[in-house]
Amino acid sequence: MDYGLKPLGREKLWLWLMLTPTLIGLTFGAIGSLLATLGLSLFNWDLINPPQWAGAENYIQLFQNKDYIEAFANTLKFSTLYVPGVVVISLLLAVLLNRKIRGVGFFRTVYFLPTVTSAVATALVWNMIYGKETGILNFALEALGFAPVCWLCTDNAMMSVVIVNVWGAVGEGMIIFLAGLTAIPRDYYEAASLDGANDFQRFFRVTLPLVTPSVFFQTLIAAINAFQAYDYIYMLTRRGQGDSSVPVAVYSIYRNAFHFFRMGDASAQAIQLALLVAVFMAIMFWWERRYVVYE
Amino acid sequence: MSKPIYKTILDVVAYAFLIFGALTMLLPFLWMISVSLRVPAEQFSRNIVPNPLTFQNYFDLFRDLPDDAFFYLTFNSFKLSILTVFGQVLTCAMAAFVFAIVKFKGRDFLFALLVATLMIPPQVSLIPNFIIFKYLGWIGTQLPLIVPAFWGGAFGTFLLRQYFLTIPRDLVDAARMDGASLFDIFWRIYLPLSKPAVAALSIFVFKDAWNDLLHPLVYLPTNMHKTTLTVGLAFFQQQLQMGGKFTVLMAGAFLSILPLLIIFFIAQKQFIEGIALSGVKR
Repeated sequence: MDYGLKPLGREKLWLWLMLTPTLIGLTFGAIGSLLATLGLSLFNWDLINPPQWAGAENYIQLFQNKDYIEAFANTLKFSTLYVPGVVVISLLLAVLLNRKIRGVGFFRTVYFLPTVTSAVATALVWNMIYGKETGILNFALEALGFAPVCWLCTDNAMMSVVIVNVWGAVGEGMIIFLAGLTAIPRDYYEAASLDGANDFQRFFRVTLPLVTPSVFFQTLIAAINAFQAYDYIYMLTRRGQGDSSVPVAVYSIYRNAFHFFRMGDASAQAIQLALLVAVFMAIMFWWERRYVVYE
Repeated sequence: MSKPIYKTILDVVAYAFLIFGALTMLLPFLWMISVSLRVPAEQFSRNIVPNPLTFQNYFDLFRDLPDDAFFYLTFNSFKLSILTVFGQVLTCAMAAFVFAIVKFKGRDFLFALLVATLMIPPQVSLIPNFIIFKYLGWIGTQLPLIVPAFWGGAFGTFLLRQYFLTIPRDLVDAARMDGASLFDIFWRIYLPLSKPAVAALSIFVFKDAWNDLLHPLVYLPTNMHKTTLTVGLAFFQQQLQMGGKFTVLMAGAFLSILPLLIIFFIAQKQFIEGIALSGVKR
């Protein structure tokens, strides 16, 4: 590209001064740390004794370590439940709000609240709501004649944690979908109506194809958030020693690095998580080329 | 022309769904407030209206937690969040200006590289950064949370650059004629004209810094005078629940979200438009 202002004389210095913080961030925060993590994953290091060369050992161990396999499986399970949940519910909300409905502002504010407030604070109250003997959720179930459920016991914890995470994320998804929906030109609907399309046909033939860019974007964001989900899981399922009843991959990285000080194992796991993100994005962009409709 | 019957049915279904959803969204917040206004004996009552109603828990929060912990936690959260906003806005805006306006060799490559780093999960940076900070002797101080805020970031730079690109180029040329330097153009023209984008970015950064759990957990000591509200609440959760003080815990939870609720209600437009902007323009 050939736009832009040419720096004059000493302004070259200004230019690089203004870029310096970003260059430091790129070196230490982003690219440098990716390379450093790659390097660390080839060693065994507890931060006290000198690092020991380990080669591919830490990566081979990923496939033998039962705890990590469980954590990685949990991350995948969590994502499979969470991503469709967020995408479908937030699209549905946006479509409903996009009709001529009273109180759009009110609904938008209310649905958006959990996005603003900290997961830590809201998890504290969810913890009460999920309480086995004292929680209002079981109270409601009993009032309807069902047996009480132990929401945060090992068997149900995954589902309960997914519910809270979806609850916390649909507001943001809804806003993105609403923006996508309002960007669809009115003419398209009018043309469809002239051709005799009814509401349902207009939804499936006009709205849905034209909202695919937002679906694509939202799926991407939701999946990346799912791979990295931490706050609610920490608050709702943690046990002693950095353990959890729903250990996910991020949990395992955190625990290995900062409880056991096994920097090599933790780095190898972090690299695997980055690979998961990269592979998923590659698949998504392939999918985008085939199915996403841009005007 | 009267409405077809199925449209009426659709409307009813839509309202029913939206109202049910809104209640699900609101209930945890209402419950939090409700429990925070109860006497401890009533903490598990199923009645949402507190009876008797008391503000005692809010006083207990400041009085009962050891060593004025709640005061220090709140202070630290404000201090770190405000510093983070300042650092991010300043450094991202400078980089965004250079990427948007100035012509120099390697600009497009550098910018592409920066945007590509959005794909690196933060967990990957955590381990080497921890090691660097440890060798610098910063673990246990607040520096690991402050310094990175001043080294820019892909998200903020990208967002501001997009906005800078919409400012008419004629302004720059006119200022150049008058002999303005690069920095003048940035400081006197671009920053003042970009208030909406700067406001949106500030709100996002503040929200993320205020709500951050992972980084304070890793970098700060579990010392209630040095850490933040999120870590403090997580720490007091077990203690207060064990002591049967859910009421005080909920008062703490509510106070911890209050600043963001206030900002959200004042600046709702920037908040929501910011999200929509980042979603549509990518």
